[in-house]
Amino acid sequence: MNKIDINKSWNYASAAEGTEHIQLKSKYDLFINGEFVKPSSKKYFNTINPANGEHIAKVAQANKEDVDKAVKAARKAFKSWSKLEPKERGKYIFRIARMIQERAKEFALIESMDGGKPIRESRDIDIPLAANHFFYYAGWADKLEYVFPNKSPKPLGVAGQIIPWNFPLLMAAWKIAPALAAGNTVVLKPAETTSLTALKLAELIQDSGLPKGVVNIITGAGETGAEIVNHSDLDKIAFTGSTVVGKLIQRSIAGSKKKTTLELGGKGANIIFEDAAIDQAVEGIVNAIFFNQGHVCCAGSRLFVQASVESVVIEKLKDRLSTLIIGDPLDKNTDIGAINSAEQLATIEKYIAIGKKEGADIYQPKCQLPKKGNWCRPTLFLNVSQSHTIVQQEIFGPVLTIQTFRTIDEVIEKANNTPFGLSAGVWTEKGSKIFKLSKKLKAGVIWANTYNKFDPTSPFGGYKESGIGREGGLHGLKPYLKFEL
Amino acid sequence: MSRIEVLKTYKIFIGGKFPRTESGRYFHMKNAKGDLLANMCLSSRKDFRNAVVESRKVQENWANATALNRGQILYRIAEMLEDRKSQFIEQLQSTGSTFSAAKKEVDQSIDRLIYYAGWSDKFQQIFSAVNPVASNHFNFSTLEPTGVVSIIAPNKNPLLGMISLLAPTIIGGNTVVILASTVNPMVAISFAEVINTSDVPAGVVNILTGDREELLPQFASHKDVNTIIYCGDNLKEIQTVEEIAVENLKRVSIYKRKNWDQENSQSPYFIEKCQEIKTIWHPTEV
Repeated sequence: MNKIDINKSWNYASAAEGTEHIQLKSKYDLFINGEFVKPSSKKYFNTINPANGEHIAKVAQANKEDVDKAVKAARKAFKSWSKLEPKERGKYIFRIARMIQERAKEFALIESMDGGKPIRESRDIDIPLAANHFFYYAGWADKLEYVFPNKSPKPLGVAGQIIPWNFPLLMAAWKIAPALAAGNTVVLKPAETTSLTALKLAELIQDSGLPKGVVNIITGAGETGAEIVNHSDLDKIAFTGSTVVGKLIQRSIAGSKKKTTLELGGKGANIIFEDAAIDQAVEGIVNAIFFNQGHVCCAGSRLFVQASVESVVIEKLKDRLSTLIIGDPLDKNTDIGAINSAEQLATIEKYIAIGKKEGADIYQPKCQLPKKGNWCRPTLFLNVSQSHTIVQQEIFGPVLTIQTFRTIDEVIEKANNTPFGLSAGVWTEKGSKIFKLSKKLKAGVIWANTYNKFDPTSPFGGYKESGIGREGGLHGLKPYLKFEL
Repeated sequence: MSRIEVLKTYKIFIGGKFPRTESGRYFHMKNAKGDLLANMCLSSRKDFRNAVVESRKVQENWANATALNRGQILYRIAEMLEDRKSQFIEQLQSTGSTFSAAKKEVDQSIDRLIYYAGWSDKFQQIFSAVNPVASNHFNFSTLEPTGVVSIIAPNKNPLLGMISLLAPTIIGGNTVVILASTVNPMVAISFAEVINTSDVPAGVVNILTGDREELLPQFASHKDVNTIIYCGDNLKEIQTVEEIAVENLKRVSIYKRKNWDQENSQSPYFIEKCQEIKTIWHPTEV
């Protein structure tokens, strides 16, 4: 078969987005009670662009005192916010949705600069979904009695919310929107490597006229998060992050009044049957594991290919990998951006080394990588088995393990043989196979003939050790409401 | 000479069989006056583990039974309980219930089974959803049982309390291992006999008698248990349960209520408590 040599005759011209019009301050304070205030520690940390190592801004480090201040502000605001006429509450949230849309381009650029994700993803997925999430939940504010019919549900109170660095603004929206719609107030902490879009959201919220203290956004690393979790006057902890930290949180609040929602790790199985539309499936495999550099809790990181189509799938997959463009996140042609932090790159490289050491066959395309910044080639591991470390543990990077199977029962068994249960993919043109697999796979989200799709109306969350509770849709409101059972 | 009464040996209920506890231990169950009524099995953690194995074995089949079938089986339990009503009233009276209180508890137990039998093929429609996503996909969310559920039954209302949790849990496709009320464990084992003659597949319901303090950590920590339901208001116990359930991120339901004979002691929300939400996407464009 003659292949088009894309690198020779089809070079892409640079299509980098300009960043001149974005407004970034050199230093960001904490957003507490509707104002930006200096951290009581007086300490700031740097946030850097992972694609080139350049310093972007300084961000305040919140300590115990600041957390307490934020919780007090949220507690005070809860009294009036929860009593505000629901339809008015909804209008504030609608307003936030609209303002995100107005500033979408700026958010997208900052998201890509601060986190390393391709502008195509932040522009087309992260930011629009964040706006839509607020828009969706805004409409719920005056319809809460339909969430638990017959039960007149009430808000919980003040929620402490801790979010990860892989979808910074989108995760802020997932947390804040349902909480506010249900009548709660929040203290939110973004991840320390990606604080900027949350802080831009704080500015937007300030501009929106949302009553003071309803949303408080404080920045810092794990210790700040721990202060939130341990604060005695919170009614709810919502956390998205690793299973290890999720368990620590759950354990530390045992016996307290705090409720939790946990969105934790995953090791999604992506299953390709011989009767799948193979070209679509190959696109699906790429989207499942290389979307957002593989920094996705629901990534399809374990590929299962039916043995009869193994060679064709792998050949097509390798071909596809050779066409992926890795580089400047701000370039509209870029498929794979920068790894979020040097620390995460080290973790991924550690797992790649383990994979090799345990005898798996590695494949990486020979693409050029930029000289500065954190980069990782899309990586395939062939000849792996269930017992390999890289099959069992979440890598959170562009690393795919490939196994084969012969029968449906075999692949169900293998796919479910993990403590995780967040997501799975199934590729086949046979409807009954899709429904059988959808029923048997122990995962909260099943993508059939598609992968990595998200929507505000669609509940998302895990079985088993992938978490507790759902976010999105009507089911995502429930963890922010209470009633007498 | 008056006839010598035949005393009954109360054993535990695991996998559709009535074994003695493997530990060989027992405890006295006494009536309100302090007379010995029966030697009850003091179940061990090994008994509990055996029961979890049995309930895991059948959980998927039970979940895959049709909702109609599960509803009819629950209805059958109610029929069998109605049939043996007088025995249960008598047994409840033995630990101090008045006749009218005992009769009320048994009546309510039967009605509660019927209530949940009726929910079997309806709750899915109440709690599931078709989600109008903003892309060309058909997207829906359905409920699935969490799996194996361990239940620390309430001490008060030994029959009604247990049934109030057992019924919504199994009607949703879960299988259960129950630690019976320590106040009147006898009635729980008699109920196991009702279960065993009601077409409930072996292993779907397992009932142990024993010491709450001893077995609580086992019920909360077992890695092949998906949900623990704890009834009681002992704050120390609640903290213990919540702490060790984290090991495999077990779902935890705590019921501090004292009474299970109220209007709000039954609702489809009790079923929902032991369900997971699964969301499925498929493209709608060819």
